[in-house]
Amino acid sequence: MTNAEIIATDPGWITLVKGLLIFVVCVLATLMSVWGERRLVARMQQRMGPNRVGPFGLIQALADGVKLALKEDLIPKAADRIVFVIAPIISATTCFMAFAVIPLSGPVNLFGQETVMQMTDIPVGVLYIFAIASIGVYGIVLAGWSSGSTYPLLGGLRSSAQVISYEIAMGLSLVAVFIYAGSMSTAEIVSAQDQWWFCVTLFPSFVIFAISMVGETNRAPFDLAEAEGELVGGFHTEYSSLKFALFFLAEYVNIVAVSALATTLFLGGYRALPGLGFTESWLGGWFTVIWFLAKVVFFFFIFVWLRGTLPRLRYDQFMKFGWKVLIPFSLIWILIVSTLRVLSQQGAPRSVLIGFSFGIVLLVLAGSSLFESSKKRRAQEDELGEVAVPSFPVPAIPGKINKNRTEQLNG
Amino acid sequence: MDNPLTPRSNDLGLTAAAKANTPIESQEAKTFAKQLQGFWVTFKTIFKKPNTVQYPEEREPTAERFHGRHQLNRYDDGLEKCIGCELCAWACPADAILVEGETNTDDERYSPGERYGKVYQINYLRCVFCGLCIEACPTRALTMTNEYELADESRAKLIFEKEDLLAPLKSGMLQPPHPMVPGTTHIDYYRGDITGGSNG
Repeated sequence: MTNAEIIATDPGWITLVKGLLIFVVCVLATLMSVWGERRLVARMQQRMGPNRVGPFGLIQALADGVKLALKEDLIPKAADRIVFVIAPIISATTCFMAFAVIPLSGPVNLFGQETVMQMTDIPVGVLYIFAIASIGVYGIVLAGWSSGSTYPLLGGLRSSAQVISYEIAMGLSLVAVFIYAGSMSTAEIVSAQDQWWFCVTLFPSFVIFAISMVGETNRAPFDLAEAEGELVGGFHTEYSSLKFALFFLAEYVNIVAVSALATTLFLGGYRALPGLGFTESWLGGWFTVIWFLAKVVFFFFIFVWLRGTLPRLRYDQFMKFGWKVLIPFSLIWILIVSTLRVLSQQGAPRSVLIGFSFGIVLLVLAGSSLFESSKKRRAQEDELGEVAVPSFPVPAIPGKINKNRTEQLNG
Repeated sequence: MDNPLTPRSNDLGLTAAAKANTPIESQEAKTFAKQLQGFWVTFKTIFKKPNTVQYPEEREPTAERFHGRHQLNRYDDGLEKCIGCELCAWACPADAILVEGETNTDDERYSPGERYGKVYQINYLRCVFCGLCIEACPTRALTMTNEYELADESRAKLIFEKEDLLAPLKSGMLQPPHPMVPGTTHIDYYRGDITGGSNG
């Protein structure tokens, strides 16, 4: 039985219970991940991190949440009141919705009912997640726009531009997954990975997805939307109290959501590590949830690791990377993958497949060496060429006497 | 140079300065592997012992000559060293010190010699802990302790009066006012010849 068939037999109350469970797990995951991130990033910087509230500081995030809820809720005079209130609600609700189609476990027994920990399984599950993520962008744009202030507006525009451009790369990286799984349903993508996980067979797709999911969630090193040094707090500068808490919640739920998506699409979802398949039946199948969570935590660790290691990108570099590197690269990769897929499906001999792959590798090598040599030539030209002196006053270049400048200074 | 902070190295740090000023030849890291080294650094650091001192529970001693709260010292018989000259107040760049001197009498003697500091206030909202007052003091009456916990909840509490700043009485010291040790003059005090209260 496929997941969709199992879910179809669920009585209504089981769906309600599952919805509640997923919601609770998401909120708990947020609280734990805020704590975990702060502890981990602190250790990377040889600090301790929060360790005051509760054992090991475990309920620090909860304490922060309570504090936020008790704060004064300000709405700026220049703000568009209605949109200003709606924006965080959009952000916070959409981020939860992605979890409806993510299979958290294999077949389990929930209150005497045989089911899977997945709210619903639709044939276009992954597209649904993308649609929801795009609606989530509205929360950010509207928050920035309705604040009636410059920094939030800039932050909101930045982050919407960022999310939209990285969503393209993300979507393109998934095409290869769809081609190989033959489905867009999350449950079927997971079951298509029973032999090899897609992170191995479709490694380039996995890399593109992993990079673009950091951009998609506005996380360091791609956290330009809330670049503290430039934009104060970005789109949520004017927000306070519970509304701010909602954005905060949305950010972390989003991280968990894309980690869960990456787990489902590339790391075999709730399935055990290769060779440990027997663990999937432990605890009446509930052990698969642990596998799933372990993989999500792995991705979360990567997120924190990136944040602890890399400096923030400049905005133009970031956009250049998204549009000029990630998107063309994934387009070419899709071409290659689909050609290989069609060839193998039409029963082309193995030699043709190998020849094709070899040709691709040769082409890539030739292209990169051409690129290198042209770069070298350009560098040489730069060294030879004189820099034209602009008509406006410029600071002197060290080691070079700027005649124009001295003339200007002397009248 | 192995330690850039070493003072008085042979070349006065000129090589380091020259090195810092040489133009960067390539903005790009040499190889991709080099860029990945940063990830190893942060990963390695996770397993290092944190530098954090859990402050209120754990305390580490300050540097020996840390500039902390001031102290008004006494001679060994308990008489105050401060002569109310106001040099500390004049030296203070932040105008944090207020001194009002008064004349000692034989009935009411707080310090050897002619004058003593009747009012002595240091405003810790202004003090920058530069230590110029300590340099200015002619009798070593004013020194600094290593105490740094000077936070409080009101402005008034942060203006320290003379009784807050005076060094505590050690054994053998007498609470002034009291006369000088019999048979001595203020000159003996200034020379450091007084080694304990003996006048009971």
